[in-house]
Amino acid sequence: MLKRVHFKPSPLPYFLVAPQLLITIVFFLWPASQAIYQSMLVEDAFGLSTEFVWFNNFIELFSDGFYLDTLYRTLFFSAAVTFISLSSALIFAALADRVIGAATTYRTLLIWPYAVAPAVAGALWMFMFDPTIGIVAYFLDLVGYDWNHRVNGSHAMLLVILASSWKQISYNFLFFFAGMQAIPKSLIEAAAIDGAGPARRFWTIIFPLISPVTFFLLVMNIVYAFFDTFGIIHAVTKGGPAKATEILIYKVYNDGFIGLDLGGSAAQSVILMIIVIGLTIVQFRYIERRVEY
Amino acid sequence: MIEQRPLTSFFSHFILICGVLLVAFPIWITFVAASHDTARMVQVPLPLLPGNHFFENLLEAFTHGVGNAKGQSVGLMLMNSLIMALMIAFGKIAISMLSAFAIVYFRFPFRMTFFWMIFITLMLPVEVRILPTFEVVANLHMLNSYWGLSIPLIASATATFMFRQTFLTVPDELLEAARIDGAGPIRFFIDILLPISRTNIAALFVIVFIYGWNQYMWPLLITTDKDMYTIVMGIKQMVEAVEEAPEWSLIMMTTLLAMLPPVVVVIGMQRLFIKGLTETEK
Repeated sequence: MLKRVHFKPSPLPYFLVAPQLLITIVFFLWPASQAIYQSMLVEDAFGLSTEFVWFNNFIELFSDGFYLDTLYRTLFFSAAVTFISLSSALIFAALADRVIGAATTYRTLLIWPYAVAPAVAGALWMFMFDPTIGIVAYFLDLVGYDWNHRVNGSHAMLLVILASSWKQISYNFLFFFAGMQAIPKSLIEAAAIDGAGPARRFWTIIFPLISPVTFFLLVMNIVYAFFDTFGIIHAVTKGGPAKATEILIYKVYNDGFIGLDLGGSAAQSVILMIIVIGLTIVQFRYIERRVEY
Repeated sequence: MIEQRPLTSFFSHFILICGVLLVAFPIWITFVAASHDTARMVQVPLPLLPGNHFFENLLEAFTHGVGNAKGQSVGLMLMNSLIMALMIAFGKIAISMLSAFAIVYFRFPFRMTFFWMIFITLMLPVEVRILPTFEVVANLHMLNSYWGLSIPLIASATATFMFRQTFLTVPDELLEAARIDGAGPIRFFIDILLPISRTNIAALFVIVFIYGWNQYMWPLLITTDKDMYTIVMGIKQMVEAVEEAPEWSLIMMTTLLAMLPPVVVVIGMQRLFIKGLTETEK
């Protein structure tokens, strides 16, 4: 934690931590405490008076069918994104780990979507699936399927799931691939000598050995699906049609900035905060079991 | 040596190539769209092969702007994004390095308190405190400014942890030697710690640059002035205008420009990028 040898006591360290601390207090701790405080307030229709109502906002949220729908929708959305992006990245990494010589070429070709902003990824997918001119919508039309994510809620959900998963595959691939490359080749060779085929080696050796990576990625993907997909949803569907793609983070934004429901939005923020804190704790509890790269 | 069956190798390559194509397909479509004129882009089916209007569209996007952001040059939005990304990257690296230095090399009251205060920021992403943070920035009159765009995003627990980790691996003998030679803390920091952390700084820079460039929600909230639009949120404005005037070729050209800088950074500095990603995230 601290060096055995250090510098003589002086006021210098305070100046060194001051910028970071100042920003932390002004833009993190103070707003967070405000969010908690506001989550217990109710404002009247004209914004003239506020009343302190303790946990009423929370009780109201959890008895509000719309909020619960959004919650379930978010869970479904993150489960789908996590599953699609993790499983396809795992397949790609396992195969890239097998091919000799070309592995890093494949890595280069697979990692760059990481750099694409979520909102930009949304624009790309939206263009491909555009009901009037999109190329994929056109092909779907050829085979007799009428695609329209502007009016069909399931289509819209599928579209944002695909766009979000597409963007996340490279991140997952990178960690899976690094984890697999770190497994000693002698283990794999020993199993091969014992007569285990590629599939068997994968399930009995590689998969168990990268399980810490998988766990880490599981948490990271949930965080991603909960928070970082705002850009995709905002750019592609704006939560619609008829709230079909409204996830928690979008609802906080929408209720706070568009609906101007101060207390309700703050209460939702606090719930999200609790989710992040929970995920972070889970992450850190298992940190020591993480593999070394 | 593990057996190499031609059939399974072929199968592996086949699936991987399918994967690469699947991942690249949206970008190919974007590129193709950006290389045709507006008239071609409203005829179904859309082309799958590039046309010859690429540079025309490029020029158009830079001189006239697109959609809702008409009259707003794409060049200006790119510049805003660049300034924001660089300010976030330099700011984050500077303040994290300084605080990690203080926490590792000095013993002073409240050291651990400060450490935990920085740690907590890990649990408070901007999305969960948007409204109050917006209020703070508005009260400080930082709306529609580069400061407002960048400063609230530069505090970072992960970067501080990474530098702390790096400094902890620096041998104590270096500090002893430096002190015998009469070097003070600032001298030690500049002449020894900075050069030692060079690759870490570069790796972190790559990650934070991409993070800053790709910001969406924050610029969306605090910029109302068109002159301050960043390219990533600018695209959104254009897509919204698509109902009236579907200038898909120009929109896709802008999309291409928006993703070019971070993609070039990732591919060009792949080694640093992977180092940065694996070291800051754990």
